[in-house]
Amino acid sequence: MRKSSAWYLQLAVTLLAAAFLIVPALQSILAGLTVSYFRGLSSGLTLKWLAEVWELYSGSIFLSLWIAFMCLLVTLLIGVPSAYALARNPGRWSRMLEEFISLPLAVPGLALALALLQLYGTMKGFRTSWAFILVGHVIYTLPFMVRSVLAVLMAMDFRTLEESAATLGASPVTRFWTIIVPNAMPGILAGALTVVTLSIGEFNLTWMLHTPYLKTLPVGLADSYASMRLEIASAYTLVFSS
Amino acid sequence: MTLTIENVHKTFADGTQALKATNLQVADGEILSLLGPSGCGKTTLLRIIAGLEQPDRGGRLLFDDMEVTELAVKNRNVGMVFQSYALFPNMSVHANIEYGLIVRRVPKAERLERVAELLSLCRLKDYAARSITALSGGQGQRVSLARAMAPRPKILLLDEPLSALDAALRDQLRDELAAMLRQFNISAVFVTHDQAEAMAIADRIAVMSEGSIQQIGSPQELYHAPASRFVARFIGKAMPLAGTWAGQTLQLKGGALDVPGASPHTDIYVRSESLKVDPGGMLAGLVQSVTFSGGHYRLGLSGLTDSPELIYAHSYGKIAPVVGSTVRLTVEPNDLIHL
Repeated sequence: MRKSSAWYLQLAVTLLAAAFLIVPALQSILAGLTVSYFRGLSSGLTLKWLAEVWELYSGSIFLSLWIAFMCLLVTLLIGVPSAYALARNPGRWSRMLEEFISLPLAVPGLALALALLQLYGTMKGFRTSWAFILVGHVIYTLPFMVRSVLAVLMAMDFRTLEESAATLGASPVTRFWTIIVPNAMPGILAGALTVVTLSIGEFNLTWMLHTPYLKTLPVGLADSYASMRLEIASAYTLVFSS
Repeated sequence: MTLTIENVHKTFADGTQALKATNLQVADGEILSLLGPSGCGKTTLLRIIAGLEQPDRGGRLLFDDMEVTELAVKNRNVGMVFQSYALFPNMSVHANIEYGLIVRRVPKAERLERVAELLSLCRLKDYAARSITALSGGQGQRVSLARAMAPRPKILLLDEPLSALDAALRDQLRDELAAMLRQFNISAVFVTHDQAEAMAIADRIAVMSEGSIQQIGSPQELYHAPASRFVARFIGKAMPLAGTWAGQTLQLKGGALDVPGASPHTDIYVRSESLKVDPGGMLAGLVQSVTFSGGHYRLGLSGLTDSPELIYAHSYGKIAPVVGSTVRLTVEPNDLIHL
């Protein structure tokens, strides 16, 4: 089958778009591994920038991972039962509540952070602890967990499943753990993945809420771009990508 | 277990009166069918027995002598088979059947024994480890039944057990289901809109319409001696013969019918299988439609009665009368229904 000129044109556009996205990323990664950015590859490859990043920012890396883990835990504890409650009561109030939970998506992260600062800024102990950042992350990621689980629940007839479990002698709690949770697992896993990814990458909120002792990964990245050598920042990006 | 339903009625929040005051008794080991068109209240009644709906105040539900009106679903020990089977997708066939026993904390050895017993009874031995998404309709129904029976319930409730299957499978499974229910020797109540299903499986049928029971009786009673127009029409599609009375003879447009022992104000109903084509018959009608039904032809006739509705009769034999021709019919006086 002879390929038409339209096909070649399409291929060219696709390759160009891919290059537009990939080349800068490759450049950045490369920059983190070369001795000197200004002299480029000819100056040789090195891992010393990666080592420096680790020395300077290992705390941030661990903090980010810790907050992401805690965020996942909290959104699971709050989100899954909430999604179940919303699915069981499909009335006007439920829809309003779902919209309310999703509000943080429409509000800029900076605005959310300001609101949190205004409300809790004076609580000295809370303000300087990682729990403060966690609150911001949970507010931001909760709707993703709730929606993900809710979508899966709405797609299956869980009510009839629950009724049959009830006739077999299962209490509401037993039904939740043996029927609802296993069958909602695809939604829970998708939600979990989204929450962790968002939490690690979250910048807007965290930038406003952080203190010098509470730098997360993205905040550290901004910091290194602003104040350190370009090579360090690029090496940092590499850590981020992995 | 004897089930007693006393004065049970139900009106939903939006105002629909789904069930009017109903009284019913199901004897131990009896299979009762709730038969009726959609919206007649049969599923509501079934769900009230299961405990999935609460009857309005004043209604009472008794299992033997114990009042269970206020008892929660999970404590009633009823076995329920849903229309869609409601099998748990996250478990295998074996795990599904075992579920009721696990929840009731039955010891493992006894559990496995009982599941094995049910697997062989319902002919599911080869499917024990299969995921429930890989089952056919008939297999799904048997799993659903086995699962409901595992915790040895007091009564078995089935919500339209055969409606999820295609027509060919339905006939075969109807007999199998009847045999299995008899084998379990348990009281059972099942809901259906299919009269053939009800007549084949049930010991007694309760015909329902618009929230109340019209008549309860054995299938034979309901077929031969319906108590109301609704029952006569619903079971066997009896048709009214509208005419004028002259003593013991009913004068129809298409002829005269001798009805010994009839009183002047009775309506006479007849079923199409009782009207046979006979060249020497006493009734005559004009053929408007001919439908082939395998073993016989179904003729739609006009001119038999005063009403404009067609009367249907059966014609046996390989060749059917043509449309537009006149046929003579005969009917046995015993086949006539007096209402």
